[in-house]
Amino acid sequence: MKTAPVICCLSKHEMTISPALDVDNGGANGEETGCLNQATSLFPIGSSVAVVTGPTRQGVAVSLRSKRRVSGGRTFLSFPGAGAMSLRTLPLLVLNLGGEMLYIVDQRLRAQSIPGDKARQDEWTDGDRRRVMNDIIGGIFNKKFMDELFKPQELYSRKALRTVFERLVHASIMRLNAPSMDKLYDLMTMAFKYQVLLSPRPKDLLLITFNHLDTIKEFIYESPKTLTQVDITFRRLIDAYGSLSAGEFQLIRQTLLIFFQDIHIRVSILLKDKVQNSNGHFVLPTSGPVPWGTDVPGVIRLFNSKGDEIQRTEFPQGGNYILPYREGSFDLHGDRVIKLGTNIYSISRPVETDTSGATKNLVSRVKENTAPNPLAKEELNLLARLMGGLEVKKPPGNETGFRLNLFTTDEEEEHAALARPEELTYQVINIQADQDQQRNEELARIMGEFEEEKEGEPQPPGSKGADLLAMMDEL
Amino acid sequence: MYRKEKSIALKESSLALYNNLSVLPVPGKQVTYFASVHGTSVSMASASDDVLTISHRQLMAKEGGLGLGASLITQAMWCSLPSRVLLVLTSRKGIQMYESDGSVMVYWHALEGMESSSPGMAAFARGIAATGQHFICIGTSSGAVLVFDVPSKGTNITLSEVLKKHTSAITDVGAELCQQPEGAADLVTADDSGALCVWCSGEKFRLVTQIPASEYTCSSVKLWNGIIAAGYGNGQIRIYEAASGTLHAEVSAHARWIYALDLAPLSGKLLSAAEDSFVQVWRLSRNPDTEALEIEHCHGECVTDGLLCGARFCNPEGSAFAVTGFELSEIIRYVQV
Repeated sequence: MKTAPVICCLSKHEMTISPALDVDNGGANGEETGCLNQATSLFPIGSSVAVVTGPTRQGVAVSLRSKRRVSGGRTFLSFPGAGAMSLRTLPLLVLNLGGEMLYIVDQRLRAQSIPGDKARQDEWTDGDRRRVMNDIIGGIFNKKFMDELFKPQELYSRKALRTVFERLVHASIMRLNAPSMDKLYDLMTMAFKYQVLLSPRPKDLLLITFNHLDTIKEFIYESPKTLTQVDITFRRLIDAYGSLSAGEFQLIRQTLLIFFQDIHIRVSILLKDKVQNSNGHFVLPTSGPVPWGTDVPGVIRLFNSKGDEIQRTEFPQGGNYILPYREGSFDLHGDRVIKLGTNIYSISRPVETDTSGATKNLVSRVKENTAPNPLAKEELNLLARLMGGLEVKKPPGNETGFRLNLFTTDEEEEHAALARPEELTYQVINIQADQDQQRNEELARIMGEFEEEKEGEPQPPGSKGADLLAMMDEL
Repeated sequence: MYRKEKSIALKESSLALYNNLSVLPVPGKQVTYFASVHGTSVSMASASDDVLTISHRQLMAKEGGLGLGASLITQAMWCSLPSRVLLVLTSRKGIQMYESDGSVMVYWHALEGMESSSPGMAAFARGIAATGQHFICIGTSSGAVLVFDVPSKGTNITLSEVLKKHTSAITDVGAELCQQPEGAADLVTADDSGALCVWCSGEKFRLVTQIPASEYTCSSVKLWNGIIAAGYGNGQIRIYEAASGTLHAEVSAHARWIYALDLAPLSGKLLSAAEDSFVQVWRLSRNPDTEALEIEHCHGECVTDGLLCGARFCNPEGSAFAVTGFELSEIIRYVQV
């Protein structure tokens, strides 16, 4: 049963009801779900309105309409993170994914940039690269955003969080189109998922985060202000997480694993390093150092009632472990000892993803996750609050912005967009705002920020982006 | 020796939660039920003894009241009381009790208004066990253990007592698996800080002894013949005397966090599974001459690349066991040869 969705449009003076053309019902096929599909909530913002449709069984669709024209933007919010057991998970998730994002962007920019004095005006230079990195880092670590991030809260869905990262990566003059953004997000996701799974102790998630922050500090070029911002976040992490018990860290880790459950995108660099299997699952080693505080397994000790050891026997455990030589440093500076979370990319090691293997599991998951989810509206509010903390960087008027392609060629990028399984496509919030942005403060803020992003405008010939693509052919 | 047998496929993969596998042998019907939490649903499978016939059921957490929505299930466990068997689910929202086949929900308890032991921790229930003639005990993230009085039939289940001795989130609850003299310890509760409380059930539960917190979480605990077996985050298994809380054995059993223990009541076999991909079989006993507790290693298996989160014996003798792990959509079975 598929009912025609209806959109209510509320403006200052009138309310109209019209058939909606493009409300995404979350891929829910009417035949299968047979669930209600109606406009349930409206958030008037200026002369636009956010329409929350649903709930369908998987969440709600959110679209924005202005009085004057229907913007094509819409997003689908689902809320699998509603089950977060720890409400302290989001800072670690965003900072580590952000770190991975910066590694990849840096690697791509380095591969492309040429010394400043030799560059034409439309080519990437080292100066451009440094500016882009500084701007993105400044965006992630800005105080308002960090304030929002560190409040105890639920975890966002993967789709919703992608919107946050799209916003973060566009805090510079660099622009990514949808297939490149998808690929970037997939790479970030898989890299951090690997680190969460391999984290020796749950507490070592903090060391992984510190590895990311240590490297991010090296990316900052001549900007003491940005460096201070990162150090402030460092101290905040130490304050917030330094005294947590092992059990609470395990809850954070289990919450992260809920976020990453059943995502099996294959990544070339991880496959080559033989840490990922061809089915997308990660290799869990049964040798090497045990976590700090853990003994090498294989010993049974018996005690008498006075507590004296009376017998010690060994048993064949099956693994081949050694003791770690020291514990990593949980201070602002120091040797983190573990390598998870350090930069694995280099110019000579570009990475590819393969989403084909990921399809099967996701399809079955999407189909069976059929409970109605009224919490999705709540997620919109959370998201709005978080994004309210983000700063916007406008490219200077005469610049079109640099385009970064995560694929080798333009054609590959286009192909990727077409070939991507539908279950893995992220809908993007793209909001058109007019005047009068007081009525819903939070959403208005998002809208104000998204206004800058008019994607899809053709690059003028000879722009920096185009040349970047040409250079990427050589990869 | 155990040999790997045909696996049982699940409709959805298992989540990394402590003790995330429950097994219920139904001798009369020659079938065994399996249940593992996927997220907001529980994957259930019933397999005939020859594993030729397998049927599946996805149990969605039905929350009491309208509009609460699906939420994460933290554990699913069958509770066998002398008079009836219930399937108990714990979640962020509360506690749900179903008939053993998951068909009918008979009781629902909301956790609304409950505060957790730490501001960054969501309120949830976790740790499920049946003890005595008619009690089901369930832990919460506040550290409180809720005791429910379950009648032999019907839905008139009542919250009869709240045990408040723990200060950290409860991880697991273990009930005595053997017949014990009246007044003996028959329940043990474990928490995030590694502290254990030993109880004697009754109209009023009595605290028998407390084992203080350590640096490591106790994620799984079992009680058999007055012996406590506890699995910890540092890969250790510790064996205590339940009556006194005295430590009798310490085993460096696993390289990473232990997620599940199980005990076979008829043989004293102990099963342990951990994040290190290994599942180990041990045997507990009392030395007939000295009465001292002893533990020996019997068997080990490695589930390649499996972050194991659930392991259970499939019968009271412990001659077969089943394991599952994070993102595994199957239950792997081993049978003694």
